[in-house]
Amino acid sequence: MTSTICLKNVSKLYKDVHAIEDISFSLGEGELVALVGHNGAGKTTLIKAILGLIRPTGGTVRVLGEDPVFGNLSVRKDVGYLPESVPFHLALTGREILSFYARLKRVPMNDWQDLFDLVGLAKSAADRPVRTYSKGMRQRLGLAQALLGEPRLLLLDEPTSGLDPALRRSFYDLILQFKRKGTTVLLSSHALSELEERAERVIIVNRGRKIADGSLDELRRIACLPTHIRFKPSANAAVETWSRGSVKWLQRTDQFLEADIDHREKIAVISAVTSDPDALTSMTIIEPTLDDVYAHFLQGQGRKP
Amino acid sequence: MKNILIIARKEIQEGLRNRWVVAVTLLLASLALTLSFLGSAPTGNVGAGRLDIVIVSLSSLTIFLVPLIALLLAHDAIVGEMERGTLLLLLSYPVGRKQVVLGKFLGHTLILSVATFVGYGAAGAALVVAGTAVDPESWIAFASMIGSSILLGTVFIAIGYLVSASVTQRSTAGGMALGIWLFFVIIYDMGLLGALVSTKGEGFSPGLLSALLMGNPTDAYRLLNLGSQTAGSVSAIAGVAANSMLTPGLLVTSLMLWVAIPLLLAMLRFSWREL
Repeated sequence: MTSTICLKNVSKLYKDVHAIEDISFSLGEGELVALVGHNGAGKTTLIKAILGLIRPTGGTVRVLGEDPVFGNLSVRKDVGYLPESVPFHLALTGREILSFYARLKRVPMNDWQDLFDLVGLAKSAADRPVRTYSKGMRQRLGLAQALLGEPRLLLLDEPTSGLDPALRRSFYDLILQFKRKGTTVLLSSHALSELEERAERVIIVNRGRKIADGSLDELRRIACLPTHIRFKPSANAAVETWSRGSVKWLQRTDQFLEADIDHREKIAVISAVTSDPDALTSMTIIEPTLDDVYAHFLQGQGRKP
Repeated sequence: MKNILIIARKEIQEGLRNRWVVAVTLLLASLALTLSFLGSAPTGNVGAGRLDIVIVSLSSLTIFLVPLIALLLAHDAIVGEMERGTLLLLLSYPVGRKQVVLGKFLGHTLILSVATFVGYGAAGAALVVAGTAVDPESWIAFASMIGSSILLGTVFIAIGYLVSASVTQRSTAGGMALGIWLFFVIIYDMGLLGALVSTKGEGFSPGLLSALLMGNPTDAYRLLNLGSQTAGSVSAIAGVAANSMLTPGLLVTSLMLWVAIPLLLAMLRFSWREL
């Protein structure tokens, strides 16, 4: 199977600054991948390289089997792109703008009219100039143009920045629908918490280099971050039984006992703690979040020269 | 080809929406009408037809105004979209960069053509309505004046695109456009005139003079409209025209080259740019 995107040792040098350096990865059909990194870490440059808007100084980029800079333009019909800030021709109405982009992709009229419903833009809004749109509406219109023509690849650059939580949720629901149909989605963001359950795979870039690539579970394992376990003994249980074990439990003022457990001992500790269900009234297990994993990888990167 | 038309169409749509088309048409029409009715006052009765006087005054106006309007339209075309970010999105679509430039060019040229045609045509129509007798020869001169005005505008649209494709900031493009306008419309002629006067007209061979006149599209336009036939008799340019060896065909060709070369350079520059 050919991968949707394939990057091999891609670098981009601006004067003497490496915007991206020696990045390789490939994405398959139906994958939802989060591209995570600071502002200026090279996320947008990477997306531009995939779109063929910049010419890499080294390495090769293949999108749907074509070189995006010199290859056949027609593969772009299958690529949807949502830029970081959605720029539109403000004087035109939403419908005029979408019809302009639909024509460029040769999407028939009947197919794109439905997109307004799909992204939740009201019929009345479609015929108003974009100048009058709110941030959320512009973002919806932006998503609508990215979804034109059932793309096989979606590139979303910070798609949810500035959206309220309800909008974010419907945004992701929609993207997941397309993913299920086999669309590859590459999503750049620094809002890590919202990517947590949605992205199957995370690529972390820092200072133009790829520093981690894998599923969140894999990354957690590599990072060796401790799992936080907290539980409350029931009133009749003897607290001392726990403090005798190998794990150092700290007692909090609210009667909870807590400890950070290495992930290798996690299962053993949990089974030991829960061996007597009557002794516990409640228990919480907190896995390291994507935020923690991200911070860990960045620190590791910082230590290296 | 279809992409070019799609982009041109959007450009015209935008021009209509932000009132560019209306504003330019009204401006040209009001000036043309004013000139055609007041035009005969300064010249008195000189035996030339009224339409000929209108041609002379309108083409003098065109030389200042049309390049300015064209540059205003064009200097922003590429760098403006680059700065707003719309170009980033457009180029992620299956559109070639040359198609983007050609499409915009077609759209802007049509906007300017319609505005010029309607605006100047109004002056001609007004003369007819007022009952002025005009001989057919003058009508031909009038029509070719409108045609060449459009061509002159197209030249400056192409030049504006070259500027727009070469710079990184809108303000730079604006400044350069203004500089180009000043150079071609005012400075070039002042320099040429100064040189002609200081050498008492003997320092230039007819060939060199012709080349120098074709080196400035506004001069080519001036010669085309003021140097010929009846209109020439009411303008002073006929003397210069007689001294050079420029035929209308040659002048039109030079104007066409003035469109093609900057446009090609603009496309090349834009194709090679990174966003």
